[in-house]
Amino acid sequence: MNAPARITVPADWATDQEVRWCPGCGDYAILKAVQRTMPEIGTPPEKTVFVSGIGCSSRFPYYMETYGFHTIHGRAPAVATGVKLANPELDVWIITGDGDGLSIGGNHMFHLLRRNLDVQVLLFNNEIYGLTKGQYSPTSRVGTRSPSTPFGSVDRPASPCSFALGAGARFIARTVDTAQKAMPDILKRAHAHKGTSFVEIFQNCIVYNDAVFDAFTDKKAAPDHQLHCVHGQPLLFAGGTKGLAFDAATMTVSVVDLVEGETAVVMVHDETNRIMAQLLIDMPFGPFPMALGVIWCSPAPTFDAAVVEQNSVVAAGKPADLDALLRKGQSWEIASKDFHAV
Amino acid sequence: MATAPQADIDAPISDRAKTHAETMVIRFAGDSGDGMQLTGGQFTLSTALAGEDFATFPDFPAEIRAPQGTTFGVSAFQINFGANGIETAGDEPDVLVAMNPAALKVNVGDLRPGGLVIIDSGEFSARNLAKAGYASNPLEDGSLAKWQVMAFDISRQTLEAVKPFGLGNKEALRCKNMWTLGLALWMFDRSRAPLIDWLKGKFSKNPLLAEANAAALNAGHAYGETAELDGPLKQFAVDATEAAPGFYRTVTGGESLALGLVAGAKLANLPMFFGSYPITPASPILHALARLKEFGVTTFQAEDEIAAICSAIGASYAGQLGVTSSSGPGIALKGEAMGLAIITELPLVIVNSQRGGPSTGLPTKTEQSDLYQAVYGRNGDAPLVVLATRSPSDCFEVAIEACRIAVQFMTPVMVLTDGYIANAAEPWRVPDMAAFAPFPVRFHTDVPTSGHINPYARDPETLSRIWIKPGTPGLTHRIGGIEKGVKTGNINYEAANHQEMTDIRRTKVANVARAIPFQTVDQGPERGRLAVVGWGSTYGPIRKAVQRARAKGADVAHIHIRHIWPLPTNLGDLLRGYDKVIVPEMNTGQLKTVLRDQYLVDAQPLSKVSGQPFKIAEIEAAIETALG
Ligand SMILES: Cc1ncc(C[n+]2csc(CCOP(=O)(O)OP(=O)(O)O)c2C)c(N)n1
Ligand code: SF4
Ligand SMILES: [Mg+2]
Repeated sequence: MNAPARITVPADWATDQEVRWCPGCGDYAILKAVQRTMPEIGTPPEKTVFVSGIGCSSRFPYYMETYGFHTIHGRAPAVATGVKLANPELDVWIITGDGDGLSIGGNHMFHLLRRNLDVQVLLFNNEIYGLTKGQYSPTSRVGTRSPSTPFGSVDRPASPCSFALGAGARFIARTVDTAQKAMPDILKRAHAHKGTSFVEIFQNCIVYNDAVFDAFTDKKAAPDHQLHCVHGQPLLFAGGTKGLAFDAATMTVSVVDLVEGETAVVMVHDETNRIMAQLLIDMPFGPFPMALGVIWCSPAPTFDAAVVEQNSVVAAGKPADLDALLRKGQSWEIASKDFHAV
Repeated sequence: MATAPQADIDAPISDRAKTHAETMVIRFAGDSGDGMQLTGGQFTLSTALAGEDFATFPDFPAEIRAPQGTTFGVSAFQINFGANGIETAGDEPDVLVAMNPAALKVNVGDLRPGGLVIIDSGEFSARNLAKAGYASNPLEDGSLAKWQVMAFDISRQTLEAVKPFGLGNKEALRCKNMWTLGLALWMFDRSRAPLIDWLKGKFSKNPLLAEANAAALNAGHAYGETAELDGPLKQFAVDATEAAPGFYRTVTGGESLALGLVAGAKLANLPMFFGSYPITPASPILHALARLKEFGVTTFQAEDEIAAICSAIGASYAGQLGVTSSSGPGIALKGEAMGLAIITELPLVIVNSQRGGPSTGLPTKTEQSDLYQAVYGRNGDAPLVVLATRSPSDCFEVAIEACRIAVQFMTPVMVLTDGYIANAAEPWRVPDMAAFAPFPVRFHTDVPTSGHINPYARDPETLSRIWIKPGTPGLTHRIGGIEKGVKTGNINYEAANHQEMTDIRRTKVANVARAIPFQTVDQGPERGRLAVVGWGSTYGPIRKAVQRARAKGADVAHIHIRHIWPLPTNLGDLLRGYDKVIVPEMNTGQLKTVLRDQYLVDAQPLSKVSGQPFKIAEIEAAIETALG
């Protein structure tokens, strides 16, 4: 178990399988970032398990030279729970989509987060059902035109991070498929965090929902519309010319223009502050920038550790004597002719 | 555990005449708050200690706290006891104890004509009669003329008996069930000592209550002792059994199934992961296993049945023995995941404690109507192994058999039990674990000298695929619900490959038939005029009915099937040896359909779906009709 860590390179983490996403799909970039990060994380491939549901995104495990389980639609959190409880030494990653993780599998996602199983969740949010050819999803914005909503969707979307926070997640981060510099750090943080690490990745579906995130992912738009949250640093964007300020009286945030680099009014990011996380997640995009990075990180006891602990505490000192167990309860013995209670 | 009878309070049996009986059926019925299940359970213990064979049938309402005194709040416990070969809880009670008007109303119709009904007349107030829906008092209007009636004020008798302990009225009346039990002990000449000991243990924190209950018990017993000799109340001498020597315990199906799973995992040399979501009547298995952590059991109460089975599949993938358990509605939810376990060829045990359906149906009543669901109920060609338990104690062996087949063939195995078996108790001659051959699992660890491991590499004999634990160096691989290549384990959509994989999955499960015993005839000839073919909890009534018919000279055999899918290889030939085949089932004819389909035999259904087990007489009548 304590053998010196084997050095791996990104290529060691790629399978020989042909990657089957549409050319230009954001999933490629995520795969590349993950394969690049795994050697730095240092867990050997054989101790790593990728569990996914169903969707374009959920094909991911087939491309990772690790143990992998491509399960059924929405159920990856449940399968991963069994894997992790059966062998807590494994490094378990869950790959899911906005439909897989928040529609059919929303219930499992909720319970995974509240239990705080020590796994990483990468939710590829493309605001669409890619695999089934482009129907709107629970994260699609009102008015999304799709084969199933030809006149535009009318139901209000869910915010994955807000859902996660409400479910009791202890680690929430957000990144963009093309963020090849930022994503590895986020993945490393997610891995290092003990408990369920929830990472929402904005992923472009070039075929069915192209450019939905352009307002903040487009190269030109990015500086003015992305807010990179760094613990202990002021919440600045637009090249340091704008910041987020908190008004205690109304308990609201506002965007402030900074004059001559004066940052005193700007909030300093505290990733352990749940209220700040809530504000960063809930501020509406448009008037506000899109908060990215590690938004919330506040470790709490994990489910797997608690299960292992209780199993061992309760079992301690009790011999596993099956013959004795079978003989418990209301019992008696019949010796050839007579009987007596025992 | 009970202690040996003490001589002092078990004075020699009085010399008055006792009515001799080979077997007896008594039913205790009362309000759900009256403690009838407890009374029945303790009477069962005393039956066991008296060396008698028995079978019990607890029948409780679906509502947890139904309004007091109503017919839908009636809870009953029936026990059939006496000489050897008790197989059912009895067709009709010989004695009914009715603690209130509602209990009388619901149960008296089942009482054998001429049977004895003991009634707490203290509960027959106008108000209680109205609650039970009686227009007039049955104790006065002659409507009970068919039966011998013993009505007396048990409530008042109990209050008198416990007066010295100064309990409140409500608490004092709670001792009524012990008074009744005391009377029943007298009727069947049973020792009170073990029950007094049990009361001491149960109320160890409140010795006053222990004493009060003991006083009620003694008072009930004394009442019998001093009752009118010529009244209907009399003592019975019921024959004891000549059971084989050995160590016995009472066991319910739920307990026995849980123990069998623990034993199966141990024989496989694997830790067990049990993922489940509460549902009647399956929950007792979860409750039992949750206490057995020292046996390497992890229980996980999942958020729903889908998560329950998926977590078990995840655990099996990670190298434990995954088990999940539910009842019909939950099994329906697990369907898609069963397909995943089938295509990924992972071992999995799925327990279905069947209840009345469809939908929520009759949650607390028994039925065997999920056989189609078990054998056929999945999308795609999705074969798995199906086993059925026939009695509470049988669950132990069936659970072990399920674990064995699951790990030896890398397949899900479904165990069909039912609500009757889950709750009923019977004596169980406890086996020695050394008597079971272990079937330890060997995980695959050999790294191929070149190329990648094919996780679908198989044993040529069983067709079982290799089982690789994540964590094993050099063997990383991916499995999943998409069809995989026979030779590589990679995604493969080719037509010929899917044909081959489908054939392999089918053949693998079919081949399980080669690893199970031949079907035997439980009773009667191997060829003849009539075979009564059953599965599951109809075992008891079929066995008795065939016994009786054979005693009258009928040419009839009983065949009881444990391996529902695949069926034993000799079953077709066996069935063809009879002129007629009838299949009693608590459904509308499901095994019948399978037998017809598999063997083209003219199996005829005998169907009952009333939520109650078959009566022996019903099957006997069907045998008579079939033999003309
Ligand atoms: C039980 C079930 N219902 C429906 C489907 C069809 N289905 C497959 S993927 C999918 C939606 C996937 O959307 P998302 O999770 O957002 O993944 P994406 O393809 O966008 O990455 C649906 C509806 C299925 N495979 N299983
Ligand atoms: S449909 Fe969209 S999400 Fe799916 S592979 Fe194509 S581009 Fe990617
Ligand atoms: Mg999507």
